[in-house]
Amino acid sequence: MLCVRTCLAVLLLAALPAVAEISEFRLENGMKIIVKPDHRAPVAVSQVWYRVGASYEPDGITGISHALEHMMFKGTKDVGPGEFSKTISALGGTENAFTGRDYTAYFETLAVEHLDKALELEADRMRNLLLDEAEFAKEIEVVKEERRLRTEDKPSGKVYEQFNAVAWRASPYQTPTIGWMNDLEQMALEDLADWYRRWYAPNNAILVVVGDVQPEAVLEMANRHFGPLPAGDTRGQKAPAEPPQRGETRVEVKVPARQPYLLMGYKTPVVGHAEEPWEPHALFVLSSVLDGGNSARLARELVRGKGIAASAGADYDTYSRLPGMLLLDGTPRDGRSIAEVEAALREAVARLRTELIDEAELQRVVTKAIASKVFQADSLFAQAMEIGMLETIGLDWRLLEGEIEALKAVTPEQVRTVAQRYLVDENLTVATLTPLPMEQQARPAVAADGGRHGS
Amino acid sequence: MGVKHWMIVALLALAAAAHAGPTVESWQTSRGTKVMFVNAPDLPMVDVRVVLDAGSARDGDLAGLAGFTSAMLTEGAGEWDADDLALRLEERAIQLGSGSLRDMAWVNLRSLIEPEVLEVALDSAAAVLAEPRFDADALERVRQQMQIAVRRSLQSPSTVAKQRFFQTLYADHPYAHPPSGTEASLAAISRDDLERFHRRYYAAANAVVAIVGAVDRQTAEDIAERVTRRLPVGQHAPALPAPPAVSGSELRESFPSTQTHIYVGQSGMARHDPDYFPLYVGNHVLGGGSLVSTLGEEVRNKRGLSYSVYSYFSPMRVQGPFLMVAQTKNEQADEALQVMRETLLRFVEQGPSEKELEAAKQNLIGGFPLRIASNGKIVTYLAMMGFYDYPLDWLDTLPGKLAAVNVAQVRDAFARRINAPGGIAVIVGGSG
Repeated sequence: MLCVRTCLAVLLLAALPAVAEISEFRLENGMKIIVKPDHRAPVAVSQVWYRVGASYEPDGITGISHALEHMMFKGTKDVGPGEFSKTISALGGTENAFTGRDYTAYFETLAVEHLDKALELEADRMRNLLLDEAEFAKEIEVVKEERRLRTEDKPSGKVYEQFNAVAWRASPYQTPTIGWMNDLEQMALEDLADWYRRWYAPNNAILVVVGDVQPEAVLEMANRHFGPLPAGDTRGQKAPAEPPQRGETRVEVKVPARQPYLLMGYKTPVVGHAEEPWEPHALFVLSSVLDGGNSARLARELVRGKGIAASAGADYDTYSRLPGMLLLDGTPRDGRSIAEVEAALREAVARLRTELIDEAELQRVVTKAIASKVFQADSLFAQAMEIGMLETIGLDWRLLEGEIEALKAVTPEQVRTVAQRYLVDENLTVATLTPLPMEQQARPAVAADGGRHGS
Repeated sequence: MGVKHWMIVALLALAAAAHAGPTVESWQTSRGTKVMFVNAPDLPMVDVRVVLDAGSARDGDLAGLAGFTSAMLTEGAGEWDADDLALRLEERAIQLGSGSLRDMAWVNLRSLIEPEVLEVALDSAAAVLAEPRFDADALERVRQQMQIAVRRSLQSPSTVAKQRFFQTLYADHPYAHPPSGTEASLAAISRDDLERFHRRYYAAANAVVAIVGAVDRQTAEDIAERVTRRLPVGQHAPALPAPPAVSGSELRESFPSTQTHIYVGQSGMARHDPDYFPLYVGNHVLGGGSLVSTLGEEVRNKRGLSYSVYSYFSPMRVQGPFLMVAQTKNEQADEALQVMRETLLRFVEQGPSEKELEAAKQNLIGGFPLRIASNGKIVTYLAMMGFYDYPLDWLDTLPGKLAAVNVAQVRDAFARRINAPGGIAVIVGGSG
């Protein structure tokens, strides 16, 4: 049996698309350009990544990276408010931006002949943003609405925010990306201007282009548009190290809801912050053994076998700028309690500390990782994301080439070792959602011929 | 006039340039299932999407029956129980999933084309489609999971508002109830109900198979045969009734939230609607463009009222809805609603400007290559085209049809179809 699976993994390995064709350049002002040709369709995705995000933000102005991302669409000396979006739209493109803990990124997806225009516009707003008081006054309200939508009125969003706030004593990963509401209330235009000056410079940016392009041609375009921009005085940001946790932390979140929910996290290392370089890969394997699909342990044992949880999951990021957490979450089935789900998840973790995982489980993780590489190659955007995320946290995209080998090298003993080292009670934070009544009551429908227009 | 003429010429050129859609082949399996196929040789993988006229519009009195049936497919089929099935798929990194909405139910398969892997993938998909086991323990578990999912979704004012909107718009039409069902309706569904539904609607004559991947025509024919071979021939589902005419109303409901969610709309259009293109392109100006639209300008950019504001037509087998959506802090709900209604009223009265319409067309036509830039996107288009009986050259002719839409057509279509003051408004939020 073992041979059948191993041989299959070898066969699948042959299916892997070559990643060697990625080209990397650096402009004189320090900007990094990474190009990955994909000639399947006459389109390209361009992503400009800045090394700044919520984990760079000091208290009092949390959410500023994200608020600035919103303001980046509000115009420069040469391009009026909203013009950026209109221009890309008229070229048939789609564009938007996203902010995370470790990055702020701007993207355009468009027919490849318009890539030049996208780069021209991105270069313009990298150094020439006009921060207008009236535009800001409106946009910060939009950001607050976004916070209400994603966090205030969303029970799972509330739990996640509280969970991070108590799990981290010093690490800036305690900061919600959208920012605390009070910080949004007191945010000022000068705060944004400072933030922009400090972080938006070519030597703090990475351009990733994936699509129907020639690397040299992209370099020429990038050099023409971004090349003239002066480098900035980017000093980086000193991040406080998280002190060792000395005991379990718990938080209860009471909000109007209909369904209880449990979120647990063990502090874990990531690539670049591990005692031994294989640890993050062993943690990835461990997380996949728990939740790498419907055949993984949580689905098989907690959801189907014992029938304790309606859903249960595990999640671990191998790469982030600072050490993170291996997360577990679950929702009880009716008649089961949050406490039972927690006990079952702890038991699943305890087993990993004492027993070795099966070779077959390990093999499934590797097989899935290989296939994911192929499937991911169907999406230009996903290919660019993978490169940008690594680069923006200071890692080299070439790590991607060694990923499968690193996973294949993980042993069951190493998985047990990381469980013993990191998945221990002293290192654990637990958040529970306790539902409060929703007191929902319908009002009778009112016939309103002609609507309430003008009323 | 000269400028306008130049723009039309430019757009037609753009439409011609964007003409290079994928080559779509189509045939029928020996059991009468329509197959849609595009050869995509670059990646060593294949996507197969089987769609069936087995969505919640076929639920009858048991809301959630179609969704429940769909959810049971991968919980054990043929000789494999849920554990066996999950294992044999994931040992080979095969992705197999199912789902359903109002018109359509689907089974999606994504696999590497390594023969041993593909073999298992196709056998599994065939079993899942034709021989779900409806094992008692799996059935009770899925029932509870679906009930819990319903409860969780009702924690969101947005879900509540959207459900109320559909109930109001469609009254006793089969589109009225939520595809997810309700806790009570899910509780009432028996194994017999699921088997009966499955027997009736999971039939070769009621299915379309779409295939995109690095396989040749012969292999694709084989794939389609194998995936559907265990289905009964059966019959296509009957035509759906026309939706009722519902007059405008306003429904307010209180919800423990800081924001109020607003859904305003009315009956929209069907898939083969004669006004499809004018309404579609017109809406792109009104509220369809992601960061550029009239509603976005009025509600978000000018007034900072909402983060996410948009409008859409959802073209379905019979008339789907036209909807405008926004959410804002409770105190501003009336203001946002008023701005949305005034914006629509103005749009219906005046139509888009030449410039706005050209910009929308440029976006839609110029963006056409993006919509078919991956196998995953193409297979979804193929399945949709097969399901709704679109001609094979539909993707090729799309840019030309978009380019041909003019301001007069948009104004005329909106004037005839959209009753701006008479729509249904559902407002759900704090202090209602």
